[in-house]
Amino acid sequence: MVDGAAQFGGGGLMGAALGMRRSYEAVAPHKEVLPEPLLAKLVIGGLGLAFLVLFLFIPLVAVFHGALEKGWDLFLQSFDDPAGWHAIQLTLIVAAIAVPLNMVFGLAAAWAITKFKFRGKSFLITLIDLPFAVSPVVAGLIYVLLCGRQGWFGPWLLEHDIRIIFALPGIVLATIFVTFPFVARELIPLMQAQGNDEEFAAVTLGAGGWQTFWRVTLPKVKWGLLYGVILCNARAMGEFGAVSVVSGHIRGQTNTIPLHIEILYNEYQAVAAFAFAALLALLALVTLGVKTLVETLSRGQFRGDAQLVIAAKEA
Amino acid sequence: MRRRILPGFGLTLGFTLLYLGLIVLLPLSATVWKTSSLGLEGFWEVATTPRALASYRVTFGLSLLAALVNGVFGVIVAWMLVRYEFPGKKLVDAMVDLPFALPTAVAGIALATLYAPQGWLGRWFEEFGIKVAFTPAGIFVALTFIGLPFVVRTVQPVLEQAERELEEAAASLGATWWQTVRRIILPVLLPSILTGVAMAFARAIGEYGSVIFIAGNMPMISEITPLLIVIKLEQYDYAGATALAVVMLVASFCLLLVINTLQWWTARRSSGGVA
Amino acid sequence: MKIEVQGISKKFGRFPALHEVNLTVPSGKLVALLGPSGSGKTTLLRIIAGLEFGDTGRILFDGRDVTELPAGKRQVGFVFQHYALFRHLTVFRNITFGLDVRPRRLRPSPVDAAKRVAELLKLVQLEGLESRFPPQLSGGQRQRIALARALAVEPKVLLLDEPFGALDAKVRKDLRRWLREFHERVHITTLFVTHDQEEALELADEVVVLHEGRIQQIGTPEQIYHQPANEFVHTFLGNVNELPGSGGTLRVRPHEILIGKNEEGGLVGTVVNVHAAGPVVRVLVRVPDRTDPVLVELSQREHSGLGLVENDRVTLSY
Repeated sequence: MVDGAAQFGGGGLMGAALGMRRSYEAVAPHKEVLPEPLLAKLVIGGLGLAFLVLFLFIPLVAVFHGALEKGWDLFLQSFDDPAGWHAIQLTLIVAAIAVPLNMVFGLAAAWAITKFKFRGKSFLITLIDLPFAVSPVVAGLIYVLLCGRQGWFGPWLLEHDIRIIFALPGIVLATIFVTFPFVARELIPLMQAQGNDEEFAAVTLGAGGWQTFWRVTLPKVKWGLLYGVILCNARAMGEFGAVSVVSGHIRGQTNTIPLHIEILYNEYQAVAAFAFAALLALLALVTLGVKTLVETLSRGQFRGDAQLVIAAKEA
Repeated sequence: MRRRILPGFGLTLGFTLLYLGLIVLLPLSATVWKTSSLGLEGFWEVATTPRALASYRVTFGLSLLAALVNGVFGVIVAWMLVRYEFPGKKLVDAMVDLPFALPTAVAGIALATLYAPQGWLGRWFEEFGIKVAFTPAGIFVALTFIGLPFVVRTVQPVLEQAERELEEAAASLGATWWQTVRRIILPVLLPSILTGVAMAFARAIGEYGSVIFIAGNMPMISEITPLLIVIKLEQYDYAGATALAVVMLVASFCLLLVINTLQWWTARRSSGGVA
Repeated sequence: MKIEVQGISKKFGRFPALHEVNLTVPSGKLVALLGPSGSGKTTLLRIIAGLEFGDTGRILFDGRDVTELPAGKRQVGFVFQHYALFRHLTVFRNITFGLDVRPRRLRPSPVDAAKRVAELLKLVQLEGLESRFPPQLSGGQRQRIALARALAVEPKVLLLDEPFGALDAKVRKDLRRWLREFHERVHITTLFVTHDQEEALELADEVVVLHEGRIQQIGTPEQIYHQPANEFVHTFLGNVNELPGSGGTLRVRPHEILIGKNEEGGLVGTVVNVHAAGPVVRVLVRVPDRTDPVLVELSQREHSGLGLVENDRVTLSY
């Protein structure tokens, strides 16, 4: 049976605040019983806008401006660079490994946590959140301590000629660590809120475990899953601190896009640095777009449902 | 309970624990292993060098300042997004998450360029004789940027659900707008504000990518602890790096506990005191 | 199919939900599990369905022990309180779900499946709704689709959890009558959970009253209403006045009291309040030595004959 929402609210979650919002109910138009003084509106609106412009819009514009200020030609030329292409490839490879793994983990963890009762569940949720609280630099460091030459497994790895640190596996591991909670974090509250009645109904109708998962659970959570995966992907492609520690910055070999941006920036190749930055900024904007779309879709779906129900009742 | 209605308990929980153990717990335990090689005294010595202490002051002090500023402006932005109607509101709402989705290195070079003495904003500050980039002020700017979504996103849903009836009751009892805000609304929002501030703080102390470009990275003045860890690693001083990492981990775990408690408090407040 | 519940106990943490419950549901009967919230009625229903497991005890279907059998193999049709329709599937696909998940050799052909759907929709009187999605249906329609979905796999038992709980009063009444007629046509062993005594009495062949995890009484609606086994059943099934009688206190229902004006004998009292709206007139009478007034119910016709108003002196006999 479903655990109380209150119990779940106890699981403390850095990411929870940033998950998809699911307030489906439209906020009723507010009748002003106590009108807000015009002065207060002006001050709050003014301060809020100024803050957002200063800290959100100007930095975002600066990225694209930096990329394009010397014209399109120079912008496009920035990508005419084997090391840059290699960085893009490496980033895609890393994300292609890390994101599916974290997705499978997220689905498994969410299934275990929301479908069953067991001891230590809230502790497990806290553990899943742990990577949110760990500095990316520390995330990189722990893999160096584990797999580096001086590390725990260092001698063994050296003996078998396996390179993890300063190579692809290390970058993948650090990325998995940093993006570890994203899909699980998105799915657990969603599946908790949806309850298990439909899964139970499927089971009483004779469906097996996989059939229930594919035919009932997955369609129920598809939007949340999509958003979790997209966010996980954006973070995987953009991770800097953790990857920086484990990669060794070998140009053309272990540089991801963010690391490549750093090198270009430090070499005063501002346009090229911003060109690659613009690429990642676009990815971020797409991520936010998908989030908004997913929120609107699920909200619209629910609102539409409500209207249809009313119409059906009247009919 | 030995029998379960839905299948897959062993498989999913087993995989979850295995993956969690391999990816998170085993690597984290390596810090304990490394620290133990230092011994308690050695650890204390490395963790409290003047340079390390200065980096804590910079990291924790500026993170707290940035989190508090986000506490104030986060409430203002949340208020704006919940209570006002204006063109482009949806876009603004979506953009609030930008610092979360934008890679930190991108934010770092953008802010460094903006606040450099010749930059769009740096130029303007320069006229008043204020240097932002390559000083602690720059670190503050970066940390404010990356912490921006947290307070907005914790306060927003609480404000959306806040009972209008409470305000109407206050109004009917003769309270002015400002009295209602101060005595009715802010107390309701308080747990969520504190949660958001704690989250922004926790995120800020670990931040690396956006800070190092704008900080100037002067030892003792504008050097954050994560950077010091990286520097120690580059000097192959693994034990020193680990000691600092342990300090940061302990701080993070304490904060996680605080956030847990605050969220539990928020949930209890907003659900009307259900156990 | 006959259902036997033998010695089922269940605890949630420290909270005992069911205590040594024994129950037999005869084949083909419509039986109500009646009790206040927290009485354990839904837990018992879920244990019979295999959606919950008792700590002790056995469940038998036609003498066969199904205690260890998973829900999908018990051949029960379960209708959830909030229907649990698959919102991403059409009505058609919802109804055929139980057929679609069968291994291929046991699956009916698409034509047979479509025929089955048409039959079931006719049975639940919702022909033509095949291509709708659940959110496009009203509450009462969803309820009947959930029933059709449960029936599609030809269950031996039908279990309904608060079947009318989520509906408004008017739909509730219609659907109640419809379910009674429906059961008379299909005669499948049906067990439903309700907290509404009126619903249980009107609908069921047999009523099982549960309270605090224990069965209080099993009997026909008449038995339950007229010969309540204990004080709980008596008070739970309707208003009760406690009046002095020959052998101590008597529990008397409001409509069982005869009220008279200017008559000899009986209990003498004063009318405090007359509530005459609705089919039944409710009169509150204060009698000496009792703090609570006595509630008396009489028909509109009796009421107009008597013409009671406040402060009238009346006599009560029972």
